[in-house]
Amino acid sequence: MGRSSVKQPVRPTVLRSLAAALLAMAVSLPATAQQQPAAPASVTLDAIRARGTLICGVNTGLAGFAQPDSQGVWRGFDVDYCRAVAIALFNDPDKVRFVPTTAQNRFTALQSGEVDILSRNTTWTLSRDTSLGFDFAGITFYDGQGFMVKASLGVRSARELDGATICVQPGTTTEQNLTDWARAARIRFQPVVIERLEEVVNAYLSGRCDAFTTDVSGLAATRAVQPRPAEHVILPDVISKEPLGPLVRHGDQRFSDLVRWIHFGLLTAEEFGLTSQTIGQAAGDARPDVQRLIGRSGDLGRMLGVDNAFMVNVVTRLGNYGQIFERNLTPIGIQRGPNALWTTPGGLQYAPPFR
Amino acid sequence: MSDATVDPRFRRKPPKRPLRLSWADERVRGIVWQLVVVGIVGSIIYWLWSNTVHNLEVRRIATGFGFLGREAGLPIAEHLIPYDPTDTYLRALTVGVLNTLKVAVVGIVLATILGTAIGIARLSKNFLVAKIAAFYVEVIRDLPLLLQLLFWYTIMQGLPGPRQALKPLDGVFLSNRGFRLPALVWEGAHTAAVLACLAGIVATWLYARSARAKQMADGQPRRVWPAAIALIIGLPLLVWQAMGAPWAIDWPALRGFNFQGGMSMSPEYAALLIGLVTYTAGFIAEVVRAGILSVSQGQWEAAQALGLRHGPVLRLIVLPQALRVIIPPMTSNYLNLTKNSSLAVAIGYQDIVSIANTTLNQTGQAIEGIAIIMLVYLTISLSISLFMNWYNAKIALVER
Repeated sequence: MGRSSVKQPVRPTVLRSLAAALLAMAVSLPATAQQQPAAPASVTLDAIRARGTLICGVNTGLAGFAQPDSQGVWRGFDVDYCRAVAIALFNDPDKVRFVPTTAQNRFTALQSGEVDILSRNTTWTLSRDTSLGFDFAGITFYDGQGFMVKASLGVRSARELDGATICVQPGTTTEQNLTDWARAARIRFQPVVIERLEEVVNAYLSGRCDAFTTDVSGLAATRAVQPRPAEHVILPDVISKEPLGPLVRHGDQRFSDLVRWIHFGLLTAEEFGLTSQTIGQAAGDARPDVQRLIGRSGDLGRMLGVDNAFMVNVVTRLGNYGQIFERNLTPIGIQRGPNALWTTPGGLQYAPPFR
Repeated sequence: MSDATVDPRFRRKPPKRPLRLSWADERVRGIVWQLVVVGIVGSIIYWLWSNTVHNLEVRRIATGFGFLGREAGLPIAEHLIPYDPTDTYLRALTVGVLNTLKVAVVGIVLATILGTAIGIARLSKNFLVAKIAAFYVEVIRDLPLLLQLLFWYTIMQGLPGPRQALKPLDGVFLSNRGFRLPALVWEGAHTAAVLACLAGIVATWLYARSARAKQMADGQPRRVWPAAIALIIGLPLLVWQAMGAPWAIDWPALRGFNFQGGMSMSPEYAALLIGLVTYTAGFIAEVVRAGILSVSQGQWEAAQALGLRHGPVLRLIVLPQALRVIIPPMTSNYLNLTKNSSLAVAIGYQDIVSIANTTLNQTGQAIEGIAIIMLVYLTISLSISLFMNWYNAKIALVER
């Protein structure tokens, strides 16, 4: 994933929280430790139901994806996915506790059981899916890594960056993508690696670096908050695939199935034109697909272990995928692009059938 | 220490008597309690360890240090040994350790020099000098180090861009990309000269030792410095001259986005070094001042009464006594400087913490990553500690 877009207070807290998480892992739950991972019942779902709230790991603060508003209420694209899970389980979008995680401690937080689900613009990669012990529940946002330069530099393409100094945040796939791309394109560059988002953006703005690289959505969010956004150009080159999505611990298929099908349900609702306003009146809709989605036939919710009308509850309160996107990401200048439905040319969002 | 100086009470050996297997026996009780404590600590460690391993297995999280052999793929701006992103994590971490050592070693040397100067200045009879030194110490000590590092880094970023770089001297460029200086084109002759210099230092030390032995024998002081200059400076010059006296200079020049050629110091390294040196020097100044003040005025007067001049008094009487007070807290300051260098991550200098953090994030092996960081700092700190303790024992007041 790109952005470790971290807004942590000061650096040492990262290590401290990491240490705390490690300690938590060292002493964690001998009770759950005894459970067999492949058991038919869902350990995570049972724990969430018993607790009455979902615990969701989110970014420490990234405009559009996860950020507390002026009242301290978490808002954003990633946040809405956690609320959707809470609505499916409890029919209440507020039965979620949000835990801000940094790029550094997010995986430990999920592994150790500190959070139930990590919805924090995290890129789906093979090693994270396997050796880290996670399951990705789907791709909620197709992103890619790009470059931003000052317009005054006169650079038109990333290929002209040979010899440039490039600002990058550490600890994520961004760093590796950058070196892979430079090697393939035979470009030499000087890295400046700074962890905090503010510091790395400052280094770029002060001219310490010629270019700043992270996911294109992160570049758009950064550019949008500059006093004169037109002074910065996001280069057309996209050097990597960054499929972002929520992830859960490996071995709890019932829970990962639920999260996956909530995402598919949001896509399906948009595909059938069901919005937060119209899904309530969909009972009279003649289309069999719609009847199954809203739980009037097919018993699909029961198969996932939730109420059959779970998608009606989710869409009524949050809207469909398109509405969630428009509410959170359109204001910071991100286009649908590859995140449009597959029915639109260039769109990649596609849900398997609800049946 | 000879027997005469030791309090006889501490030399008395405890009386030997047979061990009685009874709770009333003090030694039996002692052994039992120690076994119990060791057992408790051991089982806590075992429980933590086995529980961690079990939980990792249940969650299918990979463990072990196998990742060290995998390709790192992370870019490192500054490296003392050749490094490329295609190298392994092990090499990347080695680069990180060397970067930490680079800032720690240079920092310790500079902080000692600056701190000693300020400490002495604070004792100056000149009102202005003493007050300026006191002001420095108070301001530097009272501000958090992280803040100071960010301050220096912001100043570095405030320099003009490479195309408008400041040029205080011919071939010297100051820009927000760092400092660029002309560099000597390194050849075999230079390596030979450096080796000759090292040999000269060893020879000087041997010569000084024999001179001291002779002085002990006949009481005549001998001058060492002419031989020292000849050995330490003259010998390398002679070697360099004999090998053709190469003297090619690599001048930095602006090409493309940045300067090429010459040698450079990055803004990140410069900010970290300046921050650590000025901060630690504030503490060292106080240590030095305390050390000098701890030697009573009577020592000076007594030495002068014996007819010794100012230099020998300082060198032979005051400094040895002051050093006994200075060395232990100085060790703490050296350790602090080394550990504080981990704040480098905040300003983008890639030390061991920065690289190990990236490694553990990319591989997900947090326990191993943290263990590596701890091992590195422990090794560096213990090495400094051992060296300083050895030095402390060497200069400790030997009672005769």
